[in-house]
Amino acid sequence: MIEHEITIRNRAGLHTRPAAAIVKLAAKFKSEFYIEKDSLQINGKSIIGVMTLAAEQGSHLLVRFDGPDEEEAYLAMAELFESGFGEPI
Amino acid sequence: MDQTVEQELRLKGIPASPGIAIGPVYLFRKHEPTVQIRTITSEEVTGEIERLQNALVRSKKELTKVFEFADQKLGSEQSKIFEAQLLLLDDAVLFEVVYERLRRERKNVEFLIQNEIEKYHQLMMASKDEATHERANDLLDVRNRILRNLEEQKLISRIEGMHVIVSHTLAAADVLIFSRNDVLAYVTEVGGATSHMALLARALKIPAVVGVHQVSLLVHSNVPIIVDGYNGVIVIHPSPKTLKEYEKKKAKYSTFEEALAPLRDLPAETLDGRRITLAANVELVEELEFIKLQGADGIGLYRTESMLIGKEVFPSEEEQYAVYRRIADAVYPKHAIIRTFDIGGDKLMAQSVKENNPFLGWRGVRVMLDKPQIFLDQLRAILRASARKNLALMVPMVTNIKEVQLSKQLIAQAKDDLRAHKIAFDEKIPIGVMVEVPAAAVIADHLAREVNFLSIGTNDLIQYLLAVDRGNDIVSELFQEFHPAVIRFLRRIIERGKQKRTWVGMCGQMAGDPLATILLVGLGLDEFSVVPTVLPEIKKIIRSIRYTDAVKVAEHALTLNSEDEIEKYLRHLMKQKFPEIPIG
Repeated sequence: MIEHEITIRNRAGLHTRPAAAIVKLAAKFKSEFYIEKDSLQINGKSIIGVMTLAAEQGSHLLVRFDGPDEEEAYLAMAELFESGFGEPI
Repeated sequence: MDQTVEQELRLKGIPASPGIAIGPVYLFRKHEPTVQIRTITSEEVTGEIERLQNALVRSKKELTKVFEFADQKLGSEQSKIFEAQLLLLDDAVLFEVVYERLRRERKNVEFLIQNEIEKYHQLMMASKDEATHERANDLLDVRNRILRNLEEQKLISRIEGMHVIVSHTLAAADVLIFSRNDVLAYVTEVGGATSHMALLARALKIPAVVGVHQVSLLVHSNVPIIVDGYNGVIVIHPSPKTLKEYEKKKAKYSTFEEALAPLRDLPAETLDGRRITLAANVELVEELEFIKLQGADGIGLYRTESMLIGKEVFPSEEEQYAVYRRIADAVYPKHAIIRTFDIGGDKLMAQSVKENNPFLGWRGVRVMLDKPQIFLDQLRAILRASARKNLALMVPMVTNIKEVQLSKQLIAQAKDDLRAHKIAFDEKIPIGVMVEVPAAAVIADHLAREVNFLSIGTNDLIQYLLAVDRGNDIVSELFQEFHPAVIRFLRRIIERGKQKRTWVGMCGQMAGDPLATILLVGLGLDEFSVVPTVLPEIKKIIRSIRYTDAVKVAEHALTLNSEDEIEKYLRHLMKQKFPEIPIG
């Protein structure tokens, strides 16, 4: 199980399109994936969960991966976040 | 037992479609998705799971279609919204919880779906972020889609026998659904005479009166009612005397209409030989036979957006070609003018993007030029259907020359495309524009240099010119066809349009108003395209006047300085010359 902090880089924050991108990416890996914001923990493979996070630009989230491919999953997810989900930063 | 005779009640509204109907009311309420809680037995659990899964499969199919269309034609920006909605339908966590609760709580799936989604919805609405609130709409969209598919909602109403449909409002789609039953007439509380619903009612020859305030509170189903679509009057609980009066009127109007039948094959030509094209406005292919019966000189306007009613995606090039071809064949050798999609941008946008003032916003040609893939599909389809050389193409809501030039470029591109594939089309297909934005009216001469014809869209032109919303019955009286500004504008458009040997026609509702006919002939209009129901009357008027006299009428009208005076003048004229023609 690994845990890291991750930041929302893009201007528009965690709206529908990035949410879809996150869930699609997480589905590629076997590991369980949770995102925590403030005290709210949601299942990162559930789009409805990710959408309810409603994180804005600059917010810090805690991401947790648990499973055989947890390292790769984290690296891939970190890259996705770093790139601002391909949107203006 | 007390027998109370109900009081006769007369109400006034806006006449939307001519005709008189007498019959029982059917009070129509728009279907609200109310979810009821039901407890289910352990035997029903498997059945419920199956129902939900079937609904999810159907919903996914629908959304996939929408997503693919959006992806191909609108770009991945737009389509990602639907992708997210599709992911929602596959959300492992959401449905896991629903199935678990189903087994534990034994409640029906509609309730569980609504309840679970409501939790997330509340969470999102609690956020301070505006964007998240808008995303919450996606959630509700998906929920509604699932609920609708769970209900296996069939869009057929359950009425039997012939009724007058009374409702707060009726969308165009509702009118289409009802037309399959025997509808005597429509009465609504809101809406204006040129609303989409009114246009369809006229096309289907069903009398309609709109803008009758609070009528749905004053009736219930099966109450007897008279609907006078000529004068915009309804009578609830008519007395025997009133009934007789209206039955007489009804008979009189139908004999009048029969008397017009022989005009069918005669041309719309004035006594002194000025030949005018008198064509029909068409929304539905079902009308094609009827317009021939009415003796139309072809079609002056085919509203292609009627193909989009009740649909979530645009029809393909093939599907469109089939429709345009059918139209071309039906009127051949007469001509048909196909107008490219005249829609509001809301048909193409994500739910979250709402224009504050769509009427002054992204619509008509503006949308099509921004979505060239969709535009090209339509252009190719129209061109292909023009092989018999009897079609023309018209572009709506043009504001400036650039839009015309860009549209022509796209038309040229479509032509190149077809030529490369050796597909036949009319190289010289006439191209026209709608003059409905005041700016276009002012530069009508510039526009006329670029196109083969202009068609005046009075419905929108008058709205923009007088700053009146035609669907708003609070100000509907300000929507005046005979406002001096309107008459002057029409005069200018026709003068400037014809300078460059372009013909000028009119497809707005004013063209079908018998009160305006003499005036419009006198202003020099070359073509009238009207709702087919009034075609014979307009023809009768044209055939009974001299063009030289009509010119004098127009000139006199132009000297008058109020709508009142102009309308009075025309009414007086009509009463004298054509007392048998019903004027609204």
